[in-house]
Amino acid sequence: MKRKVLSLTLAAAMAASLAACGSSGSGSTTEAAATTAAAEAEETEAAGAETEAPAADGATWKIGAIGPLTGGTAIYGQAVVNGAELAVNEINAAGGINGYQIEYNSADDENDAEKAVNAYNSLKDWGMQMLVGTTTSNPCIAVADKSMADNMFQITPSGSAVECAANPNVFRVCFADPDQGAASAQYIGEHKLATKVAVIYDSSDVYSSGIYTKFAQEAENQGLEIVAAEAFTADSNKDFTTQLQKAKDAGAELVFLPFYYTEASLVLTQANTMGWEPMFFGCDGMDGILGVENFDTSLAEGLMLLTPFAADATDELTVNFVSSYEEQYGGTPNQFAADAYDAVYIIKAALEDAGATPDMSVSDICEALKTSMLNITVDGLTGTGMTWNEAGEPNKAPKAVKIENGAYTAME
Amino acid sequence: MSFMSYLISGISLGSVYAIIALGYTMVYGIAKMLNFAHGDIIMVGGYVVFITVSTMGLPPAVGILAAVVICTILGVTVERVAYRPLRDASPLAVLITAIGVSYLLQNLALLLFGADTKSFTSVITMEPLKLAGGQLIISGETIVTILSGIVVMVCLTLFINKTKTGQAMLAVSEDRGAATLMGINVNKTISVTFAIGSALAAVAAVLYCSAYPALTSQTGAMPGIKAFVAAVFGGIGSIPGAMIGGILLGVIENLSKAYISSQLSDAIVFSVLIIVLLVRPTGIMGRKISEKV
Repeated sequence: MKRKVLSLTLAAAMAASLAACGSSGSGSTTEAAATTAAAEAEETEAAGAETEAPAADGATWKIGAIGPLTGGTAIYGQAVVNGAELAVNEINAAGGINGYQIEYNSADDENDAEKAVNAYNSLKDWGMQMLVGTTTSNPCIAVADKSMADNMFQITPSGSAVECAANPNVFRVCFADPDQGAASAQYIGEHKLATKVAVIYDSSDVYSSGIYTKFAQEAENQGLEIVAAEAFTADSNKDFTTQLQKAKDAGAELVFLPFYYTEASLVLTQANTMGWEPMFFGCDGMDGILGVENFDTSLAEGLMLLTPFAADATDELTVNFVSSYEEQYGGTPNQFAADAYDAVYIIKAALEDAGATPDMSVSDICEALKTSMLNITVDGLTGTGMTWNEAGEPNKAPKAVKIENGAYTAME
Repeated sequence: MSFMSYLISGISLGSVYAIIALGYTMVYGIAKMLNFAHGDIIMVGGYVVFITVSTMGLPPAVGILAAVVICTILGVTVERVAYRPLRDASPLAVLITAIGVSYLLQNLALLLFGADTKSFTSVITMEPLKLAGGQLIISGETIVTILSGIVVMVCLTLFINKTKTGQAMLAVSEDRGAATLMGINVNKTISVTFAIGSALAAVAAVLYCSAYPALTSQTGAMPGIKAFVAAVFGGIGSIPGAMIGGILLGVIENLSKAYISSQLSDAIVFSVLIIVLLVRPTGIMGRKISEKV
């Protein structure tokens, strides 16, 4: 009897926790399904509007997007999925790519490599031909190996670790980590922001430590002195007072924070409690700090970050993008949304250059795109005159933004 | 001077570990089970205070009271539903159930509150203490956390030694079977233990989230594990041991970050734990168990 009770309770506990996982999972599936439905509705609408529907044979492009729609980095995945969807809808309304409409679907990876591979497989079952994703570095590396085995074209909007674009079928929109590190050091050096610099980085994260390594190399060339280089790990990412104190004692004028905004919000709070006000400089992971619910944004005042996209830019492309994003999804788009939006337009440019059609096999499309990526030049939200090399890396100029009066302001 | 400020931030971090460890050690000492969901009850407490104080704009006192009440109810319910039916099962089964409850709570919170980090408004309004002409700054959160830790420790010790319920707890922890024969209601006593442990979790939530104001569904997980280590370090089941273990853990962690390597600090902390347990298997303040033949 006792054993029965035991097994029942255990089973109940398991079932309950599974149910919880399941329901969060099914939540995102519904969302994804709704997205597809919306895309399809849009498609019919667009097709209805066009008197001559060119894709008479019913063939469509199938583009998938993957990102963390739940979990600690959900803000990035949601931005990527929304940004890509916006571009797909615009392209469909304007007649599609090479005359064919696009079908769009997205899947959640919770910023987990294993779940990203599952998400990739389910999108593949759906019939995906090209992948916009994944959003974050570790899952992207895992998926890149799968997509190479399938020879599927993959363009990551924001997977910035070097390994993300190591495979020949993978290209990226954002800067690679080392490039971000080097660009940050150059920016600080060229604008003479400081000479004594401290770095705090997450040694358990490939993104953060990758940026740090290259930053340290480039800092030497720029005449910057790194007076303190302090690490933390994912297991001890709450208390930064010791790292800050060491940086302060070493006389740092500027603290470089190459990691995500969740930890950065704690760093800023703790520096404030210590009564220390150095300059803070971050990378694209810092983007989102103003969106932390209930965060005292005055603490982020003066924070600088290197990002290829500033929502307050006044060029026509950015203004249109920001207003339609705000209209459809609410909230100001961050650079991840812009990267994903560009990624879809880059696919469009490359497909047009290659003259590809959706009836080609996934592998043939990939081969055609690999050649075309080297030919095209794209003017997007995250850079003008972007070109790509064979390594899959983009060539474009970085932009720096500064937080002033609780909003991103472009520097220079 | 910088040594002093490293020491103080170590004590500050350690006092948070200590107050969480008090809840762990209390439940372990009496119910003889590791409640791995303790960290997640802290997370729930954090969200309750966040909603009442930051979202609804109620005064902090109301928020803290609400957190204590909700955490207590949650703790007792979890005990009643998930642990009591396993009272006579193997400790391993109970341990696995506790891990299950922990994941259940984390996923429920993810479902209810979403994945975004919420920035917690500190409910402690005390000004930081400035010593040595502003060279040494001790935050209000640190002072309040240490004081609360000491108050909780003294109250718990008095409660266990001076009240009838406390004596019943001691008896249950000594020998459950004999306690039943003496007319002690074991189930009720363990329920009370969980109620107190969970109320402590609510207090820990308020202090932890005030000191480190980034609230997510994972908030309770890592401090829960570290506090468990602190409880073992100090001698699990011993109330002053949890306090000492927590503070020592925080101080060792911060000093090794400051003087050895910020990257290796966790490795150093756990090496110290292993050495302490090799020398004193029951922890610093652990009771010696005399084997009866």
